[in-house]
Amino acid sequence: MFSYEFMRNAFAAGTIIAIICGIMGVFVIARNMSFLTHTLSEIGFSGAAFGIFAGWSPLSGMLLFTVVSSVIVGQLSVRAERREAATSAISALFIGLGILFLSLANKNASYATNILFGSVIGISTHDVYQMLVLSILVLLVVLVIYRFLKFDSFDHTGAQVKGLWTNALSVTFLVLLALSVSVAAQIVGSLLIFILLTLPAATAKYFAHSVGGMMGLAILLALAGVWSGLVLSYVTNYPVSFFIAAIEAVFYFLALGWQHFQTAAK
Amino acid sequence: MTTTQPILQLDHLGMTFPGHPVFNDLTLTVHQGDFWSIVGENGVGKTTLMRTILHQLRPTTGTVRYLPGVNAVKIGYVPQFRNIDPEYPLTIRDFIGLNLTGWKLPWLSRRERQRVTQILHETGLDRLATRPIGQASGGEKQKAYLAQALVEQPNLLILDESTASLDPVTKTELLDLVTTLNRDLQLTVLFVTHDIPLARKYSQHYLMLTPHGTEQGAIAELTDQKVWRGERV
Repeated sequence: MFSYEFMRNAFAAGTIIAIICGIMGVFVIARNMSFLTHTLSEIGFSGAAFGIFAGWSPLSGMLLFTVVSSVIVGQLSVRAERREAATSAISALFIGLGILFLSLANKNASYATNILFGSVIGISTHDVYQMLVLSILVLLVVLVIYRFLKFDSFDHTGAQVKGLWTNALSVTFLVLLALSVSVAAQIVGSLLIFILLTLPAATAKYFAHSVGGMMGLAILLALAGVWSGLVLSYVTNYPVSFFIAAIEAVFYFLALGWQHFQTAAK
Repeated sequence: MTTTQPILQLDHLGMTFPGHPVFNDLTLTVHQGDFWSIVGENGVGKTTLMRTILHQLRPTTGTVRYLPGVNAVKIGYVPQFRNIDPEYPLTIRDFIGLNLTGWKLPWLSRRERQRVTQILHETGLDRLATRPIGQASGGEKQKAYLAQALVEQPNLLILDESTASLDPVTKTELLDLVTTLNRDLQLTVLFVTHDIPLARKYSQHYLMLTPHGTEQGAIAELTDQKVWRGERV
């Protein structure tokens, strides 16, 4: 399996994605941003379609769209009572735009499938380096703002009272999330990227005893899903995103079952 | 008579929401080491006043000043509720450490860890340090909120209805602890409460907000008649 360059690239890319999603996912869960992450992934689809239409790489289009829209979405979602509706409206608009750009670019359905569901064979060594650079950038920023981000994510009231710039932190986080979505969409596709950004962290919170532990466990769960998914996809020739989605969902349901069992036992 | 230096000065403070005046022309001087109770019925503007003092709201008129001479006023704030998911793996120790944002590395330094341990001990939370905050009881949570507020050694502590949902024993425990800090460390306290007997027991001064104005004085002057009148109008 590793004699093929595309599989080596896929494993390298998958490892980078799992690490970035494990870390960012903890903040996504703490900030209740699962739905927003889903929307950003749809915006990623639209951005990739725009990239193809404009003659750029899909990643460049994704980066442009997700970063710009993350700031807009963040501003529109400041008021909690309109967050869901605003996010739904933006989601609908961007899916429509994605379809329009694909149509304008005169590309066939397989292009749309690749963007939406990802592709193992499409990852080049250049793509891996690109992901690595973007991921290091995201991790460095997270490292610098870690304490503030943790405070604001896990205790928003406390962070506000402390006088932290919670709005600036929120926008910074959304931009980081947009970068993570663009990176991760390369392998699992834009439609399923929210899986890796939400489920491993959501599962980890039931077993971890600290925020650092939750992060470590989320990375392990994401790695388990991505690596197993890649192997199963190679062996069966079925889409990798299906296996990753199924594995992460199974982990999550097992965690829910475990939690239910623990609560009942008390 | 208070001999310590002033720490907080409200000058002719007023707040009006569209079509709804909350308070007006409020002047108040708080000295270091004072223990004030802020009393008044629901909706009269106690939390609005606290948010104005915290600079989270801009007053319509007047000013909030932290006075020079006091080394950088640090504020600790303890609300009644915090929106924390019971399933978060955030231990009480971690929760307290959130307020330590001075060090730039993601993890706490040894000195910071020692400070958290010390405050856990002072607030009687040693045994509960590893309990997830979301699974703590109401009283334990309030102690953890207090510990988080105290970990950075504030000189002004705001208790915003912090005792409202606690049983009498836990209320007493919490306020005994605050009183000790007030007495030993000259910690200035603003205690927002509905509980007049509790205000009388612990504070030195009162500020009463009513729909028709404000009134302040020594706590001994807060008679039942004044409370009744304030609530009736």
